[in-house]
Amino acid sequence: MDKKRRDFLKVAGISTLAGLGGTAVVDKIVAGASPAVANASTAAHAEKDTAHAKAPVAATGKRYGMVIDVRKFQNDPSLGEKAERACIEAHNIPEFPEKKDEIKWIWMTNYENCFPEKSQLYKDETTESHQVPVFCNHCDDPPCVRACPTKATFKNKDGVVIMDFHRCIGCRFCMAACPYGMRSFNWRNPRPFIKETNKQFPTRMRGVVEKCNFCAERIGVGEQPACVEACGESKAMVFGDLNDPHSEVRKILKENYTIQRKPSLGTHPSVFYIV
Amino acid sequence: MYDSGKIIPGLIIFVLFITIPIWYNHGDAGNAPKPELPKDAKSCVLSAEDMRSGHMQLLNEWRDEVLRDGDRGTITIDGKQYQKSLMLTCMECHTSKKKFCDTCHDYASVKPYCWDCHIAPVE
Amino acid sequence: MFEKALKGNNYYWMWLAFLGFFIGIAVICYLRQYFYGLGLTGMSRDVSWGLYISQFTFLVGVAAGGVMLVLPYYIHNYKVFGRITILGEFLAIASLLMCLMFIMADLGQPLRGLNVLLYPTPNSMLFWDMCVLWGYLILNALCGWVILTAERKQVKPPKWIYFFVYLSIPFAISIHTVTAMLYCGLPGRHFWLSAIIAPRFLASAFAAGPALIVVLALILKRVANFDAGKEAINKMVTIIIYAALANMFFVGLEFFVGFYSNIPGHKHTLTYLFFGLEHHGHVYNNLVPYMWAFVALFLLGIGLISHPYTRKQSELWLGVGCASIFFSFWLDKGIGFVLGGFVPTPLEEIVEYYPTANELFITIGIWATGFFILTVLYKIAIGVEHEIEA
Repeated sequence: MDKKRRDFLKVAGISTLAGLGGTAVVDKIVAGASPAVANASTAAHAEKDTAHAKAPVAATGKRYGMVIDVRKFQNDPSLGEKAERACIEAHNIPEFPEKKDEIKWIWMTNYENCFPEKSQLYKDETTESHQVPVFCNHCDDPPCVRACPTKATFKNKDGVVIMDFHRCIGCRFCMAACPYGMRSFNWRNPRPFIKETNKQFPTRMRGVVEKCNFCAERIGVGEQPACVEACGESKAMVFGDLNDPHSEVRKILKENYTIQRKPSLGTHPSVFYIV
Repeated sequence: MYDSGKIIPGLIIFVLFITIPIWYNHGDAGNAPKPELPKDAKSCVLSAEDMRSGHMQLLNEWRDEVLRDGDRGTITIDGKQYQKSLMLTCMECHTSKKKFCDTCHDYASVKPYCWDCHIAPVE
Repeated sequence: MFEKALKGNNYYWMWLAFLGFFIGIAVICYLRQYFYGLGLTGMSRDVSWGLYISQFTFLVGVAAGGVMLVLPYYIHNYKVFGRITILGEFLAIASLLMCLMFIMADLGQPLRGLNVLLYPTPNSMLFWDMCVLWGYLILNALCGWVILTAERKQVKPPKWIYFFVYLSIPFAISIHTVTAMLYCGLPGRHFWLSAIIAPRFLASAFAAGPALIVVLALILKRVANFDAGKEAINKMVTIIIYAALANMFFVGLEFFVGFYSNIPGHKHTLTYLFFGLEHHGHVYNNLVPYMWAFVALFLLGIGLISHPYTRKQSELWLGVGCASIFFSFWLDKGIGFVLGGFVPTPLEEIVEYYPTANELFITIGIWATGFFILTVLYKIAIGVEHEIEA
């Protein structure tokens, strides 16, 4: 057998693999190595994708957050319902007859469900009988973003954790990763279960994950999130930039003792509760 | 050639089979679609030619800029400002999905999933 | 070599038809799911992974288990495994194909699956899992095929293939390690958040994978006139015993950490799985029978494969013992581990999961597809063996 030709082919084959395949893989991985903030990648075309990855949109330095005054929700039990409804209407959230299909962004739950790590023995009466709103914490170090294999969920330049529904493959790894249980999945076509459609916001299709987006579409044009607006003058929910020392949220945080959900997990939630 | 009696008819059958669409339509590509253009608006965000060939890329770019980059800058046409939005800009002038989008998409047999989430104008 | 799969006796075709029947049902069920959505399964926002992902997790182990044949044969030059190494490699191929099918069945938007490649995300464990699973699949297909072809021609396999054979060993370890990392890196899921998950997965894989190979080898001896050899089987049983004991040791450690530290989060899931978890006056315990069956089958299996009589004298009891170990660890990892991890929910509520009929038929169908592929591959491998002998 022609030994030389075989050897030549071997070397040629391996170097082609290393040269072409190898560098392509390395390129891809280096391009993708930046964490999934803002626009680590964008369009479906690869050229644009890598171009974007090299020049990511600079973070604004903002970190939007919220302070919830639980006492105000206790004083006026209608507030919770108002916030829930405002969110459902703003985001075309479907309401299913079966709990198994359930999708929710913000809802009222018991104190012990919201704060399972807090002392539960001998609670005071208001804590016992009233409910607390829960929604996405827009963590500064979000485990869901770490888990997502396609960067469909990512932290945008304002520190808001949002979903790109176009890209989600529906693997639900983010749902397992969220330690707060704030993510929902479209188990079936949501459209028939949307009571009133808001023309300003899209619906979702089946097979994608969704959750609170801090009303990115509203804060992007200078409005307040729908739930904050629904609470009106009560100031039960206050929204603002946590990185701005002069913002209203920072003022409230300075004046009140607040708690976060499961702070021991190191996710650094951006939602604070006055209890 | 061995088995030419089987191979040649086989090849002929194969070629006939994969060209079924041509035979089925008698070699006629059908009438080119005529999407209905808006009556009151004269200019679009790009020329008709660019839109025809590249509207899907433009929509993808808008999507990524607005959603992923948070760049909600507006587009100005004839002194009027428009957002980068399929639902709120495109469909503002092209008021009928059926008479505009669907005519070409049906003809070209493409099924974009835009409308699984985005809300088409009421018709 | 594929022509070898096209010649078989009536039993061979009946077996394939039997599997084909379940595959057909699964195709119909999958189409229903495809057009309706995953709402046809028993999953919900609280238990967001179900049978599909739990079967995937278990089967990654079965695939990795094949390395228990490859490693002694190629690294330690343990010649007795020569005849059956190919069984391990082909089992790995069939298992990995089942894994990929389970992943596809579980995706909400299966057509977008390639997004994982279009937007590679190294910080996601799922991205790495995809890399190692595909890598291991390709390595096994390559090594299995090249070595079998060489065997058929009765020449030594080409030298370059050994590079890939050796490479497949760390890949086998890594597929199951990375699969464990899908779970053990998630904050707030106490049952999964344990550094022992990866070693435990490997231990149960090195028991369950070889146990299945022993059962298959015993069946092949009867139906296909293929004798793996007493010594090879005996050595594999030893491997199974140690790996199975290691797995139970690790499970025991989980119990110790949970119950001695007395930290509620560490105890909740174990309590739910083995004793039932009380919540607002209701005891949730739908997985308890499965978990005790896991323990009972383990004890039965380990007894049968350890006792000299049942191990050496009776192939029937040996087969039953290995099958017990396989089912036992299927209950542990393919049922309890994944489903239990979602109880309680992050909001400390309890939602129990019950698979639907549609979901069950898809699951059975994917298993049937795997065994179909496995049957065809084994038919080829054994056909080659017989050809050489003849």
